[in-house]
Amino acid sequence: MGLFTRMETVFKSKMNKILNRMEDPRETLDYSYEKQLELLQNVKRGVAEVASSKKRLQLQRAKLMQNIDKLEGQAKDAIAANREDLARLALERKAALVQQVEGIDREVVELEKQEEKLIASEKRLSTKVEIFRTRKESIKAQYSAAEAQVKINESVTGISEEMADVGLALERAENKTEEMKARAEAIDELMEAGTLEDLTGSKDEIERELAKISTQSSVESELARLKAEAGKGPEKEKAGEEGKSAEEKKEA
Amino acid sequence: MIIRIMGEGQYRAPEALCNELNQIDNRIVALVTEGKADEFRKELAKLISEIKEKGEAVEAEEILESNIIVPPEDLSFEEAKDIFKGSGIFED
Repeated sequence: MGLFTRMETVFKSKMNKILNRMEDPRETLDYSYEKQLELLQNVKRGVAEVASSKKRLQLQRAKLMQNIDKLEGQAKDAIAANREDLARLALERKAALVQQVEGIDREVVELEKQEEKLIASEKRLSTKVEIFRTRKESIKAQYSAAEAQVKINESVTGISEEMADVGLALERAENKTEEMKARAEAIDELMEAGTLEDLTGSKDEIERELAKISTQSSVESELARLKAEAGKGPEKEKAGEEGKSAEEKKEA
Repeated sequence: MIIRIMGEGQYRAPEALCNELNQIDNRIVALVTEGKADEFRKELAKLISEIKEKGEAVEAEEILESNIIVPPEDLSFEEAKDIFKGSGIFED
């Protein structure tokens, strides 16, 4: 059953439960009040859960951004080394991560909306609970006739609708945070297992290739230096000769 | 009329506004029947924003039963089929 369709069902069954439960109608008021306080506590917890769910997504976003920066750097290095293929690979991976970040951004906006609504609901309910408490005492004090029963029913009905609505809003928020938790865990697992990198190509591969290139180029420059020292470089010829002869003299 | 928008509290709506809302409500019923999910979503959003703009928010201090309960904006299209049928949520 959908959430809205359940609103009426939840509301009606709650009402019946509350109204049929007590022999003395005045107890109905106390019972309802107890339930209201419970619900308020739960809503407060719900608000905290939505906030921590948001926090978690934001941390994950930061992690993804770090990876994106790293891939961007790798792409630059690859271009500098004339390896367009590697640069392309890095950029492809970056694009996949950017997509994840966009998804997270949308979720965060949604969570924020939900958080806002839930906080407003909490405020409304807590005001009503306070009003209900005062009214409850005055009804109880004047209780004598069937007239009180009508008043009791009226106040309990009004607040029960509010409670059903807030209860469902809370349920929606809880479903959402569960969903977000699962999503965050899935991304965490993917990042840990390297599957996210594997799906878009392995990160290590780019690093290895870039490392190879920088090794190669440093080997080339070492080689050039050694050649120069060995007297094959035109300008360093003299210096090399001098060095050699000095060493020969020393040995002699 | 007291209208509750689910998750957003209650609003007081004068009769003229109710007539206007009823027209949107009937359009929504038609869109849902025709399976036009995107247009349905736009109209539902409009229904809700009209209530918020033209209705008068019920004070938090008041404890009232609603005459009409309007589903939230992100209602699924599947569920909409159960709610927006016949004369919709506003009586014709």
